[in-house]
Parts: sequence; structure tokens; C-alpha cells
Amino acid sequence: MLTYIIRRILYAIPIVIGVNLLTAVLFFYVNTPDDMARKILGEKNVTTAQVENWKRDHGYNLPVFFNGPEEGTAKLTETIFFKKSLPLLWFDFGRSDRNNIDIGGEIKTRMWPSLAISLPMFTFGLVLDLFLAMMLAYYRGTYLDLWGVVLAVVMMSVSTLFYIIGGQFLLGKVLKLFPISGFDTGMDSVKFLVLPVVIGVLSSLGVGVRFYRTVFLEEINKDYVRTARAKGLSEGAVLFKHALKNAMIPVLTNVVVSIPFLFYGSLIMERFFAIPGLGNFTIDAIQAQDFAIVRSMVYLGSILYIVGLILTDISYTLVDPRVRFE
Amino acid sequence: MPVILATDLIIFFLVGAILYFVIASRKEGTLKSVRRELGKNRLAFACMVFLAFYVSVALLDSVRYRDAVIGDDGASAISEDGGVIYSPEALSLLDRMLSGMRTRTEKTYSAPFATHSYAKESMEGPDGGIVRDYPPLKYPGKHWLGTDRVGNDVLFTALKGIRTGVVIGAGTTIVIIPFAIFFGVVAGFYGGFIDDAVQYVYTTLSSIPGVLLIVAFMLLFGSSGYQGGLVSEGHIIWRAFVLNDRLFWLCVILGITSWTDLCRLIRGETLKLRELEYVQASRAFGIGRLSIIYRHIVPNVMHLVLITFVLQFSGLVLAEAILSYIGIGVGPEMGSWGNMINTARLELSREPVVWWNLLAAFAAMFALVLPANIFGDAVRDALDPRLRYR
Repeated sequence: MLTYIIRRILYAIPIVIGVNLLTAVLFFYVNTPDDMARKILGEKNVTTAQVENWKRDHGYNLPVFFNGPEEGTAKLTETIFFKKSLPLLWFDFGRSDRNNIDIGGEIKTRMWPSLAISLPMFTFGLVLDLFLAMMLAYYRGTYLDLWGVVLAVVMMSVSTLFYIIGGQFLLGKVLKLFPISGFDTGMDSVKFLVLPVVIGVLSSLGVGVRFYRTVFLEEINKDYVRTARAKGLSEGAVLFKHALKNAMIPVLTNVVVSIPFLFYGSLIMERFFAIPGLGNFTIDAIQAQDFAIVRSMVYLGSILYIVGLILTDISYTLVDPRVRFE
Repeated sequence: MPVILATDLIIFFLVGAILYFVIASRKEGTLKSVRRELGKNRLAFACMVFLAFYVSVALLDSVRYRDAVIGDDGASAISEDGGVIYSPEALSLLDRMLSGMRTRTEKTYSAPFATHSYAKESMEGPDGGIVRDYPPLKYPGKHWLGTDRVGNDVLFTALKGIRTGVVIGAGTTIVIIPFAIFFGVVAGFYGGFIDDAVQYVYTTLSSIPGVLLIVAFMLLFGSSGYQGGLVSEGHIIWRAFVLNDRLFWLCVILGITSWTDLCRLIRGETLKLRELEYVQASRAFGIGRLSIIYRHIVPNVMHLVLITFVLQFSGLVLAEAILSYIGIGVGPEMGSWGNMINTARLELSREPVVWWNLLAAFAAMFALVLPANIFGDAVRDALDPRLRYR
């Protein structure tokens, strides 16, 4: 088991390096530091001297991958890639281009508000999705199932923005149940969190219920379930004792991979509800064209995804005896 | 003077592909059985009619040409070097058909079917005094969905959004099809080192969160070139072609982030096909690898392409709205539902509430996405029911 985990992590290393290289090429080669400096200093009336100054102040005045004139290993270390991109590997994010803030520190403080909104959204959403999907699967073939699926398809055809804008208008403005947006620390934050969580759960309900329903139905149509029925077990026992356990395997794939992402929050939700999390941080950076922050967030997101994949594989081996440590 | 945007080619390709399927499905074969299957499904057929309407509006909005500038003497204006001067505004057939809607603008907001403006204004009364009242509209009752902040007809804006939605939904997949087929088939058929390399590339690409990759690309590439709106001479190459359409880049970028799924599916299918008897037989007969791929593998993975195409469509239309909301979607000059929502997002907090802009955008989007979802499911079920659980 331990060797399997180690091998799985080793396998992820080339991918992490690939992501690092890709972001470096994108952000330093395609978009050169000169472009960045011009964007930050304002497009017009920028002298070359100003650009050079800015590059020196922010450490962009080096070649990207290879520094010819330097001696020995300095050929490789005195480069933008080594100074700016490689430290991402040990989570040293550096400072932002525009306000010179410490990105790592910012991520550490901002991930908690993100978590405060995404964790309840994820938990309630999953429980509700699974519950409704199980209900539809239990009443499969009836009108309840039919209309449930129709409703799910309709719900997944509505834009997320509609749920957010409509929900804020209806629940926040007309019914005045919750504050429309904002954030607070401690217990006071609860009243701000209810609305985004409700809207978040609702907006993903259609996709979730429909997906889990097909998963359950596939499991229900398998041979061992028929055998269990033939033995005379009740429908409830068949579904919840036999089918549910096995249906959890595809559910797990979907769920575990998104757990690390909870730290990451949601771009849109945080923006609309003015929650000072990582999603909001990213959108601010996008709109200010702060490439150092965008680069860090791209990298962080990829790492979280890769961690999610590893966790998924490990959880597979725990729940599914057919998966061997090869 | 015709003007062809890069994204118009996507629409032309889409229409061509639809015509091809319609004609090819008359002959016996898989397509005919798919057609029979879809014909039995009345709901899917109704959705198809809906989608056909959307695609034809998009097509009408993709054929455009520029008018010559009419000089004072009534003849078309001639520039100094003897060429005819064309107006920078490239109007599409849709613009010309609905020119009434396009030109009938008001001063500002007005509710659907309203006869008077939304806000009170100081006006000169009949007796010469100043009164504050709702001024009458220039075109009372003509705006079926009201007008927006700058007085444009909302119904017209919503119709203009159709082309953008269809381009994003279809273009993204069309752009990736060649790459996905090539890499998927090559990886699955040759295996070994090539397979490892292709798998490495798509695992790396897919581990970067889609939205952020799109953001990064759009920040880097999206800000230059033609952004929509007026066409200047500098944008035109080969007399009629405008290449650097921001919408086109968005399709390419969305394609880069979403080609991995299709590639993975095709690779898996190729792995399976490679071992089938007829492929083994052609190998035994000494037929070259390339012609095996061309004759036996590629035609047998095309159903995956079609399924991915219809299933991805709706998600991409929804994604456009979100990207435009963040400010990295299609250019602000481009009519799109995302832009409509973005400019109208604060209108619900006005007093009285301006709801028609948002509702029109959401309804137009919903009316495209819902049929696309249902039709996509029907196509998948007709082509390959096993894929339902993926």
C-alpha cells in the first residue's frame, strides 16, 4: 500500500513539472516581462527606461530559461524561470506585480473564507444530490422519476448566473431573508453564508441528481442485484445494503477529486457575494492584469487537482478490492 | 463588399456538416438508423426544430457585407486612388432583415410594449410650463421586450446573441476535432512511447483548472486584434477576411481546455478497435497502417466525436455567459447573452426594477440550452447507449 502511494506520488512529479513549465512559457515567453511592465505602467507614454526600472524592481530583468553570460550553474539559476517559477514547487509564491503584496500570505488568509462557503456548499449539495438521486432510482419508472428527471434537465439548462442574480433578488431583496452580500468573521458570518450556500446547492442540483441517478440505475440493473431480489430480500435492503455500497465507487471518483478544490473556492459565487476568498482574489488579479497572482493561482489549482487525483486513486484501493496495487 | 470573420467559417462549417448528415442519413447505414431512432423520439424532434431555428438565425447573422458610402451627389463615394469607399459597418443579413428593430432606438430604458419612457423627465407642457412626467416613446408599443439603458431594442440584442452562442457551442468542438482525432487515434493505435507522450500532454493540460487556463490565455492573446463592432481596413486581409476575431480565439482556447476528454475517449476506443478481427484481418493482408487508420479506425470513432459535440454544446453556451461576466469573454462590442447579463446585472436593484434585460438574456440562453441538452441525450442514446454512464 505504502509503495503504491509513493509510486503514485512519483508519477505525479512529471506532471507538476509540466504544469510549471507550461505556466512559465505562457507567462514569460508568450507574454514577455516587457508586455507586463507596459500593461502595469499604463499602455501609453511609457519610456523604455521606465520599463527597465520596473523589470529590475520586480526581478524580471533576467533571461527566461538560460543566462549565457553567467558562469557555471549561474547560467541556469540567474533566470526568471529559476527565480520566479521554480519556487512555486515549494509553494513560495513571491510578491504580486502591482501592489507588491505577499501572495503566499494572502492565500493563507483568504483560503478560510473560501472554505467557509465551499465546504457547506459541497457537503449539503452532495447529501441532497445523493438523497434525491436515490429517491428517483427507488421510484424508477414512475411519474415521480419521470418528472424528477425532467426537472433536473430543466434545472441544469439554467445559467448559474440566473440562480445567483435571481436568488439574490428574491431571497435577499424582495423577501429580505438574508443580507444580499458581504462577509464577517466568527459566528456572525453564518447569516452571510446561508444565501450563497443555498444558491450554490440549487445551481448544481440538476447535474448532480441526474448523474447520480444514472449511476444508481446502472448498479440496480446488475446481476448480483437480481440475485439478491431472487433470494427474496426486500427492495429497500437490496438497494441500500447491496447496490448502494457498489454505487459509491463511481460517486467517489466524482467527490474525492473535488475535495482539495474546496480551498480554492468559487470564482463566480465569491464575486457576487463579496466573500474575500481566493476566487475573489483571482478575479481582482485578472481585472488588474496582475500576472504574478494569476500564475500562482493557475499553479495552485493544478496542484490541488493533482492531489485530488492521487486521493481518488488511494480511496479506490480502499473501497474496491478489485483494484490492485499494480 | 463582403466581410468574412473567422467565426463565420465555423457557422458555415456547422451548416455544411448538418446538411451532410441529413443527406448521408438517407442512405443505409448507421446514420440512417440514428435518424430513424431520432424520428421516433418526438421530444428530440421538437428540440431539433428549435435548434434548427437558432442555427438559421446564426447563419443569417453570419453572412455580411459592407455598403458603399453614398456621397452627397447620390453616387457612391470614391477615394483619392479611385477605389470605392465602404462603410466600416459590416451589416449581416439579419441586421438588414430587422433593420426596423435595429434603428428604432429610444433614449433609455422602456418596459416591454410600453408607450411611455421608464423615467420621468422635465418637459414643456402644452401651456408652456415645465411639468415632470413620463415622456412618450418615439416608437410606442414597438419594443416587444423593451429597451436597454442606451435605448436599444432588447429583442434585437437577444437575437444578436444567438450567433455568439452557437459559435461558442459549436466552434469549440469543431476547432478541437482534428487534434483530438489525430492524437487519440495515434496514441491508441501505435501505443508505446507515443501513447505515453500523448497521455502525458493531456494529463498535464487537464490538471490545470479550465477556467484559469482560459483566463490566462485570454489575458495574453485576447486583447489584440479585431474585437467585434466596426471593421477597420487594418483588420482585413485578402480583401474580405477578418482573422483575429476575439470570439475565434475564445473558441480555440476553450477547445484547448476541453479537447482532453474527447482525446481520451477516442484513445480508449482505438485501443479496443485495434484488436478487433477486421483490423487484424486487414493487417494480415498486409495493408499499411495509415490506410487501416483511415479506413477502419477513424470512421469507427466518429460517433464519439458527434456525441461529444452535442453533449458539450450546452455547457459551452453557459460557460460563455460566465466568462463574459468575468470580463474575459467575447469583446464588449460583440452582441452576446453574457454581455447582456454583465451590463444588466445591477438593474434589478433599480427602482422601479428593470427586469426585461436580464430575463430576455436568460430566456434566450435557456431556450437554446434546454433543447440542446435533450437533443444531445437523444443523439447519444441513439449512437452509443453505453456512454450514458460516463
